[in-house]
Amino acid sequence: MSTDTTQNEARTKLAQGAVLAEMLERPVVVEARRINKTFRIPLSKVDSLKERITRPTAKTSYRELRALNEISFDIHQGEFFGIVGRNGSGKSSLLKILASIYRPDQGTVRVAGRLAPFIEMGVGFNPELTARDNVVFNGVLMGKSLRSARRGLDEILEFSELTEFADLKLKNYSSGMMVRLAFSVMAQADGDVMLIDEVLAVGDASFAQKCMDVFQEKRAAGKTIILVTHDMSTVQAFCHRAMLIHDGEMKYLGNPEEAALGYYRLNFDPASFTNSLPNSESGLVVARQLNARLIEAKVLDSAGNSLASIEQGQPINLRVKLEAARRLESPKVTINVRQLDGPVIFGFERDLQATVDDGDHITLAGQIDHRLLAGQYVVECWVRSDRNDNVMGLQVMKLAHFDVRGATGAEGLVSVDSDIEAVIQRRSVDE
Amino acid sequence: MSSAAEPTGLPDLGPLKPIPGPSPLGGGFKRAAELLYLIGLTDFRKVYFNTTLGYAWSLARPLMLFGVLLVVFTQVFRIGSEVAHYPVLLLFNIVLFGFFQEATTMAVGSIVSHESVVRKTQFPRLVIPLSTVFTSLLNLGLNLIVAFIFILAFGVSPTWTWLLFPFTLVLLIVITCAVAMIVSALYPRFRDLAIIWAVFSTILFYATPILYPINVVPDTLQQILLLNPLSSLFEEMRRYVIDPSAPSAVEVAGGWLTLLPAIAIYIGTCIFAVWIFRREAPTIAEQL
Repeated sequence: MSTDTTQNEARTKLAQGAVLAEMLERPVVVEARRINKTFRIPLSKVDSLKERITRPTAKTSYRELRALNEISFDIHQGEFFGIVGRNGSGKSSLLKILASIYRPDQGTVRVAGRLAPFIEMGVGFNPELTARDNVVFNGVLMGKSLRSARRGLDEILEFSELTEFADLKLKNYSSGMMVRLAFSVMAQADGDVMLIDEVLAVGDASFAQKCMDVFQEKRAAGKTIILVTHDMSTVQAFCHRAMLIHDGEMKYLGNPEEAALGYYRLNFDPASFTNSLPNSESGLVVARQLNARLIEAKVLDSAGNSLASIEQGQPINLRVKLEAARRLESPKVTINVRQLDGPVIFGFERDLQATVDDGDHITLAGQIDHRLLAGQYVVECWVRSDRNDNVMGLQVMKLAHFDVRGATGAEGLVSVDSDIEAVIQRRSVDE
Repeated sequence: MSSAAEPTGLPDLGPLKPIPGPSPLGGGFKRAAELLYLIGLTDFRKVYFNTTLGYAWSLARPLMLFGVLLVVFTQVFRIGSEVAHYPVLLLFNIVLFGFFQEATTMAVGSIVSHESVVRKTQFPRLVIPLSTVFTSLLNLGLNLIVAFIFILAFGVSPTWTWLLFPFTLVLLIVITCAVAMIVSALYPRFRDLAIIWAVFSTILFYATPILYPINVVPDTLQQILLLNPLSSLFEEMRRYVIDPSAPSAVEVAGGWLTLLPAIAIYIGTCIFAVWIFRREAPTIAEQL
């Protein structure tokens, strides 16, 4: 069975809290206690000896930037832990402290087992060296011993399908080959705790999917994964728990859906968000509390089995089960299908025209006829409800991703019917 | 399938241990040594196997300098003709000082040029300046082979004192490492250090008995030159390898006491190097 279905089932269990409860029983493998980090940003930078000597008394004035403030958390073995926040929120500083790159001003971090950080794809790659030498060097850089890095070499090259180019210098590699090599190094890393920073940002959608598959495998193998990202769909799809950081403070720790919601709340200013909605209504804000929880979301085949991919031209059978998290006055549910990491392709809205109470279940099921071309897509769901003050509370949830299979050679996202014909008029020869 | 997604029978990872944090030797001595070996070898291979002339090219540099200086000091200034085995002494000194100068000059910008590994991995900081010394050392090894061929060809006969040469060489390597650590640790803060060091190492070139033996220098100047720890080192190396009849550093100085400042400077430099590097290493990633 594919990872997508596994994910959905794991998510279903997650929603029931069973997996999470069991997870929190496991031994702690990463323990962070009261981490503080302040950066001193010089207002007038003295970076030459000349200045230091000619004006020895000149005091450099600093602006203090509190990057992290009293951050504490435990991560359990086998957990997929998300750290989310906007740019400049302090999440990358936290990652760098965990990776022993920055030193915290205060606080301690303790780790059980070997921690392998992946802050960037192919860091330390030297274009003047062969793939072979680069892989060995990178392995040692990521914390392997020289011997085990050499032992793992063939496996990595095989995984990347670049064995025949092993002795080619990296400068002669295409960028695609380079990414494949870097990715294989990461995929074959054997740290007990893997620290991953938005490596997914590079590459295309299929590459991102490949990364996620590897993470999923690592998770299944009992590895602990810490993922720092601002991609909420990844967090919602994979993480057991997530932490939201804002301005150096830990704003939330727990349910990834809640963390994502908090993130959206911080991140989108209501004005610009309204514009991206169909039938945009005024006074729309991101919900302050959860509207609904996702219980299950599945793409099904005609027999009712979960699918991760469908044939081009086949309808999408969707089944979504939500649980209201509060009393919702005539909620509206919008289902959108977007390209993975791309724009919304289509969407439709269902107005429930009834009041739903906390704990009630809402099931949305049915068939979507579509003309999507082969590619990777995400189904997401917006749950909105009127609030007393005449504004709409909006909550974004990611439901599932699926692939569309097929090859027509057509460009774009959707297929269309056309009766355009090509006519050729020959230039007559005597002219 | 869903049960397979959740691990069963988790491996025992042992107790929680504090993370090492950024440090000169972050990740342990063995890892630092392995990285030093890999980086040094890489840089060395880059020089020798990636250019068309390779080894010949890197040898050409000291040999060309040697040729020019030889002409100047034997044909123009003529001090060379008064010194025993002057041509080979000059070559020998140039090769040794070339090692010091190359290693320290490359060390200045080394941490900045390895920015990506410093900022993105838990990289033992000390490895970076030491790898420049390591690379230069491999280079020195090859150059010394040529220098010794010349030494024998010019009629210097091997003596038992040749066995003492490695000890003085170790002293030279230690001070080179110390200086490399200092300049590399300070460079992210003081970016004009590259220029300052280029000038300073040129001054050192003339303030060390390389072009001349120290005993031909007037007395007052000799006392000043002896403050330079490299002076005694180069004099001793000359005595061990090329001219056993040359006066020892102690004889030149007229007693151990006169050498004390130089010894103090040598030891002080080493202590300062360790102190400054330990102080700067944990925050170096933030300064880049």
